[in-house]
Amino acid sequence: MAPQTEKTARAIAAEFGNRPDALIEILHKLQGEIGYVPEATVPALADALNVSRAEVHGVVTFYHAFRHKPAGRHVLKMCRAEACQAMGCEALVERAESRLGVSCGGTSADGRVTLEPIYCLGLCATAPSAMLDGRVVGRLTPAKLDALLKEAGT
Amino acid sequence: MTLPFFSKVKRGENEPHGKMRIFVPKDAAAVACGADAVAAAIARSAAQTGAPVEIVRNGSRGLLWLEPLVELEMGGIRYGFGPIEADAVASLLNTGLLRGDLKALSVHPKWLGVVNKIDYFARQTRLTFARCGLTDPLSLESYRALGGYKGLEKALSLSPAGIVDAVAKSGLRGRGGAGFPTGIKWQTVHDTSAAQKYIVCNADEGDSGTFADRMLMEGDPFLLIEGMTIAGLAVGATKGFIYIRSEYPHAIAALKAAISIARKSGLLGADVAGSKRAFDLEVRTGAGAYVCGEETALLDSLEGKRGMVRAKPPLPAHKGLFGRPTVINNVLSLAAVPFILAEGAKTYLDYGMGRSRGTMPIQLAGNIKRGGLFETAFGICLGELVEDIGGGTASGRPVKAVQVGGPLGAYFPRSHFDTPFDYEAFAKRDGLIGHAGVVVFDDTADMAKQARFAFEFCAVESCGKCTPCRIGSTRGAETVDKIMAGDASEANLALVTDLCNTMKFGSLCALGGFTPYPVLSALTHFPEDFRRTPRLQAAE
Repeated sequence: MAPQTEKTARAIAAEFGNRPDALIEILHKLQGEIGYVPEATVPALADALNVSRAEVHGVVTFYHAFRHKPAGRHVLKMCRAEACQAMGCEALVERAESRLGVSCGGTSADGRVTLEPIYCLGLCATAPSAMLDGRVVGRLTPAKLDALLKEAGT
Repeated sequence: MTLPFFSKVKRGENEPHGKMRIFVPKDAAAVACGADAVAAAIARSAAQTGAPVEIVRNGSRGLLWLEPLVELEMGGIRYGFGPIEADAVASLLNTGLLRGDLKALSVHPKWLGVVNKIDYFARQTRLTFARCGLTDPLSLESYRALGGYKGLEKALSLSPAGIVDAVAKSGLRGRGGAGFPTGIKWQTVHDTSAAQKYIVCNADEGDSGTFADRMLMEGDPFLLIEGMTIAGLAVGATKGFIYIRSEYPHAIAALKAAISIARKSGLLGADVAGSKRAFDLEVRTGAGAYVCGEETALLDSLEGKRGMVRAKPPLPAHKGLFGRPTVINNVLSLAAVPFILAEGAKTYLDYGMGRSRGTMPIQLAGNIKRGGLFETAFGICLGELVEDIGGGTASGRPVKAVQVGGPLGAYFPRSHFDTPFDYEAFAKRDGLIGHAGVVVFDDTADMAKQARFAFEFCAVESCGKCTPCRIGSTRGAETVDKIMAGDASEANLALVTDLCNTMKFGSLCALGGFTPYPVLSALTHFPEDFRRTPRLQAAE
């Protein structure tokens, strides 16, 4: 499996002309294709972009958007910034945590849902907000949250 | 001499259309509240009945508590209904939306009347957001018909120094938060000679409570493109980057599409609008690091590195992106420029108060009844914004605190509601305007918890380069924990204050430097929230 992800990483880097300044774009695309940024792709990217492994590793670990292991089948991101706090997002996060049996940042035991915090979605006048697999949801209520969790298969 | 491109404009978007039009926004906030399903239901019904209507997916008009805001345009007048979530669309259709039956519609419970006359909208001074939400954001024809590219036309008739001069004279200050005069920034890059210069747009709008950049990029993307093109002409830069946070997928898609349209129409590329001047744009996606909203960290991120804050000097205007002279401005600063060029610096300057000139797109958010975008001249009072325009809290409980300026902004109590919206007035009260996000909290908010969150957020988001921010924030969170556990000794409170001073004066950038604002304001204005009963009582 590892050689395949390396190949994918090299192919994506080549699409961006192996430009070191495009590293973040490359990582976004890589994560879009395989769901996370596998450790094994770091040396391949370093080689392709002609930078050190430490530099690639540094970037992968600096940014919250990059995952180091696969996520669940669905990803539910819940906004926990101030505007959503003012509208009671913390109680909703607790509800999601207890329904999924994980703490925020984890993946449910059945591998269906990863629950992640996000700061913030810019939907601050229709708070609290969340995003399920790229679909934004505003004015979140316990009922709406339950519907999202049901949709994600729990 | 008029370039041929500018002589072809078809004006008159506002003139009555023969056809009835229905507007359903595709802005992320509207979509989050079900706008896609609403638009689909209306389209389905129109197809079934063969009603001669055109459905337009526009940007948001900023009355976000009314989203999805469905508008019916008849005879050039737009009537609003909202909020129309998916469950309300059937009743609207049954009442005669597609027949344009105004008599029946005017008694519908979601009827809002003429949208331009809604108080919230009518009280605004929309310069930057004049067009946002009126049309399909990706219709270049509509953009131009509503005055778009008049600023560029004017800029092309001026010398680079003339453009810089207009921006300087308008009094425009950086809308990202720092409030630095935009004209001076541009002048510095203009005066620095280099083979390559850059324009960078900071669209890393990470502050909670702010969404103006997002709304503008989704609702009027050509405005930002036009503003950046003018900046390029002014300072002699041929390449621009827009750094948009990854949390904004809709804005990223809108700008990429708009850039491609502008390029095809000859408004970007080697020969901008037939002027023989080159300027092109590229969108880059952030990756969830709040600190990249700081300009030098953003530049490092654009170079494909960790978003580490750089020490200044050198200023980005001298050594910015890839070490070249770079103008780096917020979305709203760049988007204000076309108006300034088209209508004149003086027209812009005439709005505002003191050294805060022009208008500010203020964002009302959090626990507020009427949240949305409110663009108005500087000088409006905080209390008027929150209570009169915003209608107080959504929960109906009393307002306890208002955080202005994002996670690094101060918490103001009601006693500060007389503060006018002005950079200096806020600074005088140990607060800041920042990117003009206003987050309202009701009386259930625990300000000690909010202070702790400020430290914690800083600790998580710190780039780690400077010690006050990296260590201070962690120690701060620990100390607030002790206070919250009931150990409110003078020593711990003094320690928090001391840490804040170290962070404020010793940090490299605003992340560490401004985290003390929410912490100290919470301590100063809400000391009762820090007086906790000890969790563990000694056994009697």
